[in-house]
Amino acid sequence: MTAPRLSIEALSAISLRDGDRPILRRVTLAVGTGEVHGLVGESGAGKSTIAKAVLGIIPSQVKVTGGRIDFEGRDLLALSAAASRDVLGRDIALVPQDPSTALNPSRRIDAQMTDGLRLKRGLSMKDARLRARALLEEVQIRDPDRVLVSYPHQLSGGMRQRVLIAAAFGLEPKLVIADEPTTALDVTVQKQILRLIRSLQERHGTSVLFVSHDLGVVAKICDRVTVLYMGKVVEQGATADVLGAPHHAYTKALLAANPRYDRPDTGLEPTPPDVIAALRAEIAAFDANAGTGARHG
Amino acid sequence: MEHWSPTTIIDESPPPPSVAVRLARDPKVACAGGFILFLIVLAIAAPLIAPKDPLAQDLLMTTVPPAGFADAAPGFLLGTDGLGRDVLSRVIFGTRVSLTVAFVAAGLACLIGSLLGLLAGFFGHFVDTLISRLVDIWMAFPPVLLSILLVALLGTGLHSVIIAIVVIDWTRFCRVVRTETMGQAQMDYVVAARTIGFARPAILFREILPNVVPVLIALLTLEMGIAVVVEAILSFVGLSVSSDTPTWGGMVAEGRQIVHEAWWVLAAPLVALFATVVAFNQLGDGLARSLDPVLRR
Repeated sequence: MTAPRLSIEALSAISLRDGDRPILRRVTLAVGTGEVHGLVGESGAGKSTIAKAVLGIIPSQVKVTGGRIDFEGRDLLALSAAASRDVLGRDIALVPQDPSTALNPSRRIDAQMTDGLRLKRGLSMKDARLRARALLEEVQIRDPDRVLVSYPHQLSGGMRQRVLIAAAFGLEPKLVIADEPTTALDVTVQKQILRLIRSLQERHGTSVLFVSHDLGVVAKICDRVTVLYMGKVVEQGATADVLGAPHHAYTKALLAANPRYDRPDTGLEPTPPDVIAALRAEIAAFDANAGTGARHG
Repeated sequence: MEHWSPTTIIDESPPPPSVAVRLARDPKVACAGGFILFLIVLAIAAPLIAPKDPLAQDLLMTTVPPAGFADAAPGFLLGTDGLGRDVLSRVIFGTRVSLTVAFVAAGLACLIGSLLGLLAGFFGHFVDTLISRLVDIWMAFPPVLLSILLVALLGTGLHSVIIAIVVIDWTRFCRVVRTETMGQAQMDYVVAARTIGFARPAILFREILPNVVPVLIALLTLEMGIAVVVEAILSFVGLSVSSDTPTWGGMVAEGRQIVHEAWWVLAAPLVALFATVVAFNQLGDGLARSLDPVLRR
């Protein structure tokens, strides 16, 4: 792997609402060029906070207390608002979680797709529309002309997610943040969407930070994976290694909690209490040691 | 990487009809809108349509009853008032003041109120506090007294009536638009627009405003009805335009004094007022339904 495109170093954050509770504990990860990097963990593990930090849309009750987010040699956390707006959309794009709310209900698809193309790629209205049409074809939408003049509520969930993927990749970003892009979809559509992301990513050489709580999905699409628990990196490495031969007890427990369709009598084990206890002790020890950054502010 | 085949996307809905077609199909919009169009034509072409000069007195032909009643005189379809002026012509000329006030005053109140409401709802914090407190204080004044006071200060005339209505009623728009904007600002599509790198004003006017417009239009047409009534009240107490311009409110005031001899002098402008206000309200209702992208189908 060459120099990583996105490199997060010792990123720490706290929640201001919740008695300054740490939500990220010195998270370090790197996403290489053309790599799909999975970010897994249960809800509340800090996956979305990392995604939002990269996108510069951290909610006001969360405060970053330390670390860097390096994107091609620039620290995203240190950018001015204007510089950050410039990077967003041009170099970094988002595929959101819920396609039913991520499209503006009052605007037609063509208007929403051409916005970014005009702002970030400097296309004229006419060219942007042609480009949007081509993008819809690229995401396997059969009747792009109809979709372009539709409102979001006239499309199915899978179609809307295709539109959002087309819009994100259409900006030709270097990095796409996919925030649980298949969670709101049913399983058959999920599969198509995953294949679509993978094929677009391969064709354009895009790096993807893929946030998910679903190990099955991560196993299918990711080259490398980072497992998070309570904002701390538990295990990190190539997907085959981490999911094939997990070192950490928590990763093993997560794998055991995944449904096995081939063996319905087994699986769905909750995380054993001793694993949780060991993890919490680990985190408590970490917080005591690295008191700076974590429980600061 | 798995091989993937093109998927067929089923065409679920027919192409969406254009806004104009949808509006014309709505019976409420068609009837109420048609009536208002008719009033607009009456107001513009009043000198051509009105059978008589609305100011021409004929003291030999006072309180002639409407056509069809005993003692009716030919040429006076709705009879004459206490000074022998043609009631029908006066009602037709009365649409001019009513409609001018309806469109100009309601439009200006809408413009000022919704702009402040958008800013308060979107930027929050001290902008919101400032604007919301202003609205609270403003609304503590009794509206009719305030308008009479204003007209007394500004002097009578069409412009004073319009200013008085704008000054009183902008708060109505401000409150509703503020609440609506706050709700929309939380939506995922707003976050999505931020991740493309749009600046805040662009997000406010391109993403949020279109979602506020249906409510705004409903409120605007409702406000037009209210403006017609307020103008009638001010005319009734003699604080609107000078008495040589026929107004419905002025006619009601004159009719009230001779209601026992000539009820039609009171009834004609009242019916006109009533029908106009109902039409504006129904139009608002129908427009809100037809313009809302989620409700319509």
